Amino acid sequence: MQDYKTIDLKDIQFLVSLLGKDRVFTGEAINEDFSHDELGGISRMPDVLVEVLSTDEVAKIMKYAYENVIPVVARGSGTGLVGASVPVFGGIMMNMCGMNKILEIDEENLTLTLEPGVLLMEISKYVEEYDLFYPPDPGEKSATIAGNINTNAGGMRAVKYGVTRDYIRGLEVVLPNGDVINVGGKVVKNSSGYSIKDLICGSEGTLGIVTKVILKLIPLPKKAISLLIPFPNLDMAISTVPKIIKSKATPTAIEFMQREVILAAEEFLGKKFPDNSSDAYLLLTFDGNSTEDIEKDYEKVANICLEEGALDVFIIDTDERKEAVWSARGAFLEAVKASTTEMDECDVVVPRNKVAEFIKYTDVLQKQFNVRIRSFGHAGDGNLHVYVLKDDLSDEAWEKKLSEVFAAMYSKSEELEGLVSGEHGIGFAKKGYMLDQCGCEYVGLMKNIKLAFDPKNILNPGKVCQ
Amino acid sequence: MEILVCIKQVPGTSKIEVDPITGVLKRDGVDSKMNPYDLYAIETALRIKEQKGGTIKVISMGPPQAKEIIKEAFMMGADEGALVSDRKFAGADVLATAYTISQGVLKMGKFDLILCGKQTTDGDTAQVGPEMAEYLGIPHIANVLKIIELKEKSVVVEMDMPNTLEIAEIQFPCLLTVEKDIFQPRLPSYRKKVSTKDREIKIISLKDFEDQDEKRYGLTGSPTQVERIFPPSVNNDRETWTGTGAQLSFKMSEKLKQLKFV
Repeated sequence: MQDYKTIDLKDIQFLVSLLGKDRVFTGEAINEDFSHDELGGISRMPDVLVEVLSTDEVAKIMKYAYENVIPVVARGSGTGLVGASVPVFGGIMMNMCGMNKILEIDEENLTLTLEPGVLLMEISKYVEEYDLFYPPDPGEKSATIAGNINTNAGGMRAVKYGVTRDYIRGLEVVLPNGDVINVGGKVVKNSSGYSIKDLICGSEGTLGIVTKVILKLIPLPKKAISLLIPFPNLDMAISTVPKIIKSKATPTAIEFMQREVILAAEEFLGKKFPDNSSDAYLLLTFDGNSTEDIEKDYEKVANICLEEGALDVFIIDTDERKEAVWSARGAFLEAVKASTTEMDECDVVVPRNKVAEFIKYTDVLQKQFNVRIRSFGHAGDGNLHVYVLKDDLSDEAWEKKLSEVFAAMYSKSEELEGLVSGEHGIGFAKKGYMLDQCGCEYVGLMKNIKLAFDPKNILNPGKVCQ
Repeated sequence: MEILVCIKQVPGTSKIEVDPITGVLKRDGVDSKMNPYDLYAIETALRIKEQKGGTIKVISMGPPQAKEIIKEAFMMGADEGALVSDRKFAGADVLATAYTISQGVLKMGKFDLILCGKQTTDGDTAQVGPEMAEYLGIPHIANVLKIIELKEKSVVVEMDMPNTLEIAEIQFPCLLTVEKDIFQPRLPSYRKKVSTKDREIKIISLKDFEDQDEKRYGLTGSPTQVERIFPPSVNNDRETWTGTGAQLSFKMSEKLKQLKFV
């Protein structure tokens, strides 16, 4: 346990002198939302919440906090799922959402420069007007870009396009001592020393505060068609995925879903899904520049699926059909959440040809522990989202069961050569599982990296490797 | 049960440009699709067939490329389809269109039930269905929300009369236009796409009609004269206010008064 300075009147006066009193909040003026993130469970109020609007403000606050040894946490939309943005040591919380301007679209370099608080949903809308495309597509569209960068968020299109890290060209970062550095830039190639940019990405707010972002864009594919493919059971559905990947077809996304989750989404939305007669489905998307090109690509996959026992292959080619299917897909998490009292999520990633084995194992756990387990999501990139549901278990029984089920899942993932988190991060909640898997040398190296960036350990302490 | 569904090909997006000089929709290079409302009509037909048996035919009027949506109807489960197509039909208004399709219907056989979508997303008139029924001399009900009961010689439906819901029984043969969401339309099937790849789509042109009087078709058969087509003006004015709830509500009420909304 570290000794941090407790926030006092002098500190508040400093913050007010810098930001004005309208952007400094203490005590009851701080909304309860700032004490936790999306999944809850871990919470602590910051001692003071500030709204920052410029790199200069961030740098000055960091410098002050560094001199006075005050813990600082930077927060975006708070849509994280592992407690990474929870100020577990109190201190200063910086709300980055006010830094939300898109600064420049550079059509000659295909880059977009923006402030950290711009929401993901705004980025796609903005760049598509220029026939450009920012491919990372995490489900939570109200997350900020810096939040996505700090978790290296993935999303559905990872199968074809990769993850957030693949689209960061440059960053402006405020270091824990208040210094401002620029890493990367608009350049396409970069062999100039250690890639600090790639280290900041995925650091969950522990190494520096991102204050400006340069993203890589690509030309916007003109058309997209999805296929909804019903299978008699989940095993057949998921076992087909490695064959699709082997066929060298290039879907942007391969998702799987089960009937019970579809029914939950129908009830949640009060809207019928176009087909709910089968036990399991794959949902694939293909994009390209013409319907003919896309058809060529998907026909190969459609035939593979039929050979593997798919009942049919449904084509989703118009806005109305996309809306009918994707609105349900987008509501799965909320629908599962609404069907129970509390839940926790395991976000492991396993090699793609092991997905079926892992999912089958969760089915075994469901029976073995007599607990409801639901899963859906990315079958094409090996990243699973497995939800363990509390239902009417007592708090005590739940805690016990949850930790046993989680331990079993993480050990299975390790056995299959998977990793603890595919896209949600480690934050506070999954530290133990990562420390177990990574081993002393690896964790020691991470701790030394943290020390090099943050010798006084004031930036988002108690997270990831600590 | 012999069912006919009327379908139309419409632009694939709502972002259609109008040529400012000629006032004509720029359709070149624009994707097209089946009128979304017609999907509900096809789905209704398929559900009725599942219950009562029979065949489902589809009819469309348009240029040769409108065959695409007939193929799509096959992919959803329709059994036969025909396209009413002739250069002489070009420029038809609502009345001429309804007459043209009704002539086409006569060439397709006898039907117990004709189903249409409530309206199209391009023309938006919702009149072609009912007018066809008049030309065919059969009763019709528009804006059907629900099929309540299918009887031997009639069907009981719930219809949407803007302020009330009415339940009505209607004798076969008849025509119904159905509302959005009467049933969730099924998705087109790749299996059916493959199996109906070579299915014939009959073309019906003026020379096939009983009434071959050219004056009744196309632009010459249309009493409606369109003076001008123009895109609706788009208003993107936005103001962002910040303040406390009390300040904002006061400001809002002042603004609404100023704009004469209250």
